[in-house]
Amino acid sequence: MKALLDIYWTDFKNALAVMFQYRVRQLFWLLGMIAEPVIYLVVWTTVARARGSEVGGYTAGEFAAYYIAWTLVRHMNIALTPYAFEDRIRRGRLSAELLRQLHPLHLDLAWFLGMKVVTFALWLPIAALLALIFHPTLNPELWQVVGFLIALVTAFIMRFVILWALGLATFWITRVSALFELFFTAELLLSGRLVPLSLLPGWAQQIANLLPFRWVFGFQIELLLGRLTPQEMVIGFAAQVFWFLFGLGMVHLLWRAGLRRYSAVGA
Amino acid sequence: MPVIQVFNLCKTFVVPEREAGLRAALGGLVRRKTRQVKAVDGITFEVAPGEIVGFLGPNGAGKTTTLKMLSGLLYPTAGEMSVLGYIPTRREKSFLRQIALVMGQRNQLVWDIPALDSFELFRAIYHIPDADFRRARDEFIGLMEMRDIVHKPVRNLSLGERMKAEIAAALLHRPQVFFLDEPTIGLDVTMQRRIRAFIGEYNRRYGTTVLLTSHYMADVVALCRRVIVIHHGKILFDGDLSRLIERFSAYKTIVVTLDDGSVDLSAYGDVVSKDTTRVTLRVAKADTSRVTARLLADLPITDLTVEDPPIEEVIARVFAQERVE
Repeated sequence: MKALLDIYWTDFKNALAVMFQYRVRQLFWLLGMIAEPVIYLVVWTTVARARGSEVGGYTAGEFAAYYIAWTLVRHMNIALTPYAFEDRIRRGRLSAELLRQLHPLHLDLAWFLGMKVVTFALWLPIAALLALIFHPTLNPELWQVVGFLIALVTAFIMRFVILWALGLATFWITRVSALFELFFTAELLLSGRLVPLSLLPGWAQQIANLLPFRWVFGFQIELLLGRLTPQEMVIGFAAQVFWFLFGLGMVHLLWRAGLRRYSAVGA
Repeated sequence: MPVIQVFNLCKTFVVPEREAGLRAALGGLVRRKTRQVKAVDGITFEVAPGEIVGFLGPNGAGKTTTLKMLSGLLYPTAGEMSVLGYIPTRREKSFLRQIALVMGQRNQLVWDIPALDSFELFRAIYHIPDADFRRARDEFIGLMEMRDIVHKPVRNLSLGERMKAEIAAALLHRPQVFFLDEPTIGLDVTMQRRIRAFIGEYNRRYGTTVLLTSHYMADVVALCRRVIVIHHGKILFDGDLSRLIERFSAYKTIVVTLDDGSVDLSAYGDVVSKDTTRVTLRVAKADTSRVTARLLADLPITDLTVEDPPIEEVIARVFAQERVE
């Protein structure tokens, strides 16, 4: 365990070093990431005001709170995309990683955790600026804040494992981007990223509850906004654990089978 | 006991295939055609501890595929192999800890940070005790003269500098078996020489077994007493480099120094080159002693040397004959 922590810490520091080296890139990347929620925010607050007070149970202030929290959630759940995984296999970079006596998943995880520290620090002033402009309505209780912070990390780890498993499809399909597009489109619609899930029809919300997407995105925002009961919070964490274990199981299965096929592409 | 044992090893790749043009592309939607390519076709050899063996062959001969199977990256289609008593495809941690593979075309250092930071990561991954790590790192930095190199981000290094850092990183955990795939590819002559010298020195110091592929015969001549020549996935020759030259060189080169280089020596052999005092002749191997004796008897020669043909030509001849040893 000590040895594994040493690896995580060293890789974490390397990720920080890389992030510090490209400060301007980080800033522009972050600004680019802000554009998406600001557009949603402007649209929905305008709709809420036009309707008199609220849309789907959200006032203009609550929409502001939703999408400002959204920016942090989005940053925190960024993980290695399957596209990057595809690139890693096609270009044969995986070979170097396979020679090491360590599952490459560990270094990826440590690397992304390192990145989070920098993006979080950059997010703080941007969130403050958005709050000044859009006046969010946000009065969470302590347990909701604590739940939100824990869920940020658990959602990232869960999404990370699921995307890793999805990336492993590259062992079987050389150009697998279409599959990834399907996944990300479903995630956009059914996670609470495009719109809060309560604005979707009942049947769509039920589907969202059965899939992993809500538990990496909308769940923790709804928790922070005080829209979930303690029981619903527990159910959310349980769903995260379930999907994490599911992803981990898939990684385990696909990894072993995939390595046997690792030859035709980029070895 | 051999460190590497390979018996009847085969690797077949399934490659998609279709004709050129739109019609063939549309046809491919319905019915895919594939072709089986035998990259490695029943090779058998052993490598003893501490040996440096050169793996020679043209592009597509099966050299890299063999190295990848031996290092556990690829699953063989058939045959058996063991490295340090392990079956590479099982990828056991204790096996991976004892081997290293450096590929000239690939890099494993983190691109945006100095090599020293990547070295630290390797220390952590291989659980190298601090003192051992510092000793190995400083030794490699000294041997390959990399003091300035290791502080620069890897992306700012030249190809040769990067290769030095790659080799150092791969050896930090002191592997017992070191696979090198084209380590000097694309490097200038000075850098090739330096990397070659390091590999030789490292092998002498630590008795590491080295299996090396290279397109540069100079690498092979400088480092390998034994060579394995592979072509179309089959071994054509396995033995001492000197025996390869002896067996497959059809001719020798006689370099004659005369007071007057303008003398016509075409009656003695093929004149390869000529300047004011030196003439280079090519003669059939069987005729070498007879021609040498005639030259010495007939002409006022001040110096005469008999040389083997360049190794490249010998290898080309092996490939042309495709003779299995």
